[in-house]
Amino acid sequence: MTERKVWWKTALGVVFTALMLFPVYWMVNVSFTQTRDLRADPPHWFPWDPTFEGYEAVFAQQLPALGTSLLVGLGSVVLTVVIAAPAGYALALLHLRGGRTLNFLLLVAQMIPAVVMAMGFYAVYNNLGLLNTIPGLIVADSTIAVPFGVLLFTAFMSGIPREMLQAARVDGAGAWRTFRSIVIPMSRNSILTVSLFAFLWAWSDFIFASTLNRNGDLIPITLSIYNYIGNNTTQWNAIMATAVVASVPAAILLVVAQRYVAAGVTAGAVKD
Amino acid sequence: MTSIPADVGSRDGSRGAAGTTPAAPPARRRRRTLSSSQWAAVGFAAPLLVYLVLFYAYPLWRNIDLSVHDYTIRAFVQGDAEFVGLQNYVEVFGSSTFPTALWNTFVFTFGSIAFQFTIGLALAVFFRSSFRLSNTLRAMFLVPWLLPLIVSASTWAWMLNSENGIVNSVITAFGGEQINWLTSPDTALISVTIANIWLGIPFNLVILYSGLQNIPGEVYEAASLDGAGAWRQFWSITFPLLRPVSAITILLGLIYTLKVVDVIWVMTTGGPGDASTTLAIWSYREAFGTGQPDFSPAAAVGNLLIVIALVFGFLHLRLQNRQEATS
Repeated sequence: MTERKVWWKTALGVVFTALMLFPVYWMVNVSFTQTRDLRADPPHWFPWDPTFEGYEAVFAQQLPALGTSLLVGLGSVVLTVVIAAPAGYALALLHLRGGRTLNFLLLVAQMIPAVVMAMGFYAVYNNLGLLNTIPGLIVADSTIAVPFGVLLFTAFMSGIPREMLQAARVDGAGAWRTFRSIVIPMSRNSILTVSLFAFLWAWSDFIFASTLNRNGDLIPITLSIYNYIGNNTTQWNAIMATAVVASVPAAILLVVAQRYVAAGVTAGAVKD
Repeated sequence: MTSIPADVGSRDGSRGAAGTTPAAPPARRRRRTLSSSQWAAVGFAAPLLVYLVLFYAYPLWRNIDLSVHDYTIRAFVQGDAEFVGLQNYVEVFGSSTFPTALWNTFVFTFGSIAFQFTIGLALAVFFRSSFRLSNTLRAMFLVPWLLPLIVSASTWAWMLNSENGIVNSVITAFGGEQINWLTSPDTALISVTIANIWLGIPFNLVILYSGLQNIPGEVYEAASLDGAGAWRQFWSITFPLLRPVSAITILLGLIYTLKVVDVIWVMTTGGPGDASTTLAIWSYREAFGTGQPDFSPAAAVGNLLIVIALVFGFLHLRLQNRQEATS
């Protein structure tokens, strides 16, 4: 009886998941469809006669864009962690005065629309000559992740047992030593979570790329897909192949680091 | 933001001054160690403080500066834009796009939230009872949320394509009429809202699911002993106990949805006409979307958007504080 009910639920769950993931399936399907079949009626529900033209085009043309995105993503991860981890330490364990105000400012910072930041950055970068540069894009992309990173580090580091810190102090360790040899090793999971989100947000960013880096020699993959759509509206299989390749990091992260993803989503919203 | 280290410094100074009075020497020693650890705290927070000033405060200030000057592209390069006060804001409010963009923002935001939340909650309740594969399937639901927005948006754009889209071919296969999802003013806003609902379901599911995990199972056991069915249990237990989490989920959703640019821009660029132009799209289009950048009105619209986002933001903070006070 219960066994049957459980199976019924699994079946329903599979149906829901299939419905939800249909657009993702469709993206993959179209990426393998022959150009002449793209406009077939009825459409090809499964690529029986797959083509790799789209993927060949990706590897012929998009490698620089993928490399740029990788570089921007990694740069954003480093910058975010370097700034956010010490700040989390100061807020959570060193009882920084004005910490509540700072927390509040970080929450407010997360509410500022990216398009507004993009305009501000455009005006600033225009004067500094940082438009269309990779470092400029890294800094702009990191602003999406830094407030989140600080809040997450603060939350996680508050959970580090005080006895460990006191023991370190008794042994004569200063704030820096404690941070390096106790706090950082114990924060491995939160560093992973913050890095994961910083990377994913920088990799997926379109607004900053399309405003601050629109005329750059090296454009990230999101902007490359966008330009592709603009130039070449008939080659949807190639566009979708690029989209599939651009989704690979997300897929890898989902498989490898799923629990960090869930932890990060929840940490921002729910306090236990 | 600069006031934080200055504030700390001055407070330390006043404490030090208080300590020189011959009142309590032991306390003075304690305060001195406190203040040295405060210096360490400031040191560790310093990169963040510098970062916030350089990369948040300064661009935002520049944005306000843009909105009160008349920046043409020439003035932008030469830096001699004329100060016009609130002229740009007056023009924005008087523009014929303004009521449309405001209404579209409202429809897009509340339409997205209502469906994302309802579907997310239904799925969270569904996944609450563990069954075979439930964890794997729930993880798969995260996929749309992790994909780059531009990827999802272009996939939806192709699915909703008038002639060759899969959605229309299913509709016509069942004898329906072809719908010009993205190119008709009647459906463009609905189309981008549908895509955005799809994007938001994972976020709602994850947060509401973790909220459900915090409701003790005994409550449900007691209810089912009392003969309450699933429907009754939902309305008498799940819904009321999930209210704080729900409120925060909805407010965060509001704040995120107000900002959305990528999805709409890739699918319709806010068109046809202004049919799917929200405030965020309007701002983006004025500044970057046309050949002729018009930064000043764009900045004015952007600042308006900040004000709206902050109103919901403060509501969120109040809710969260109240929740912490009660728990």
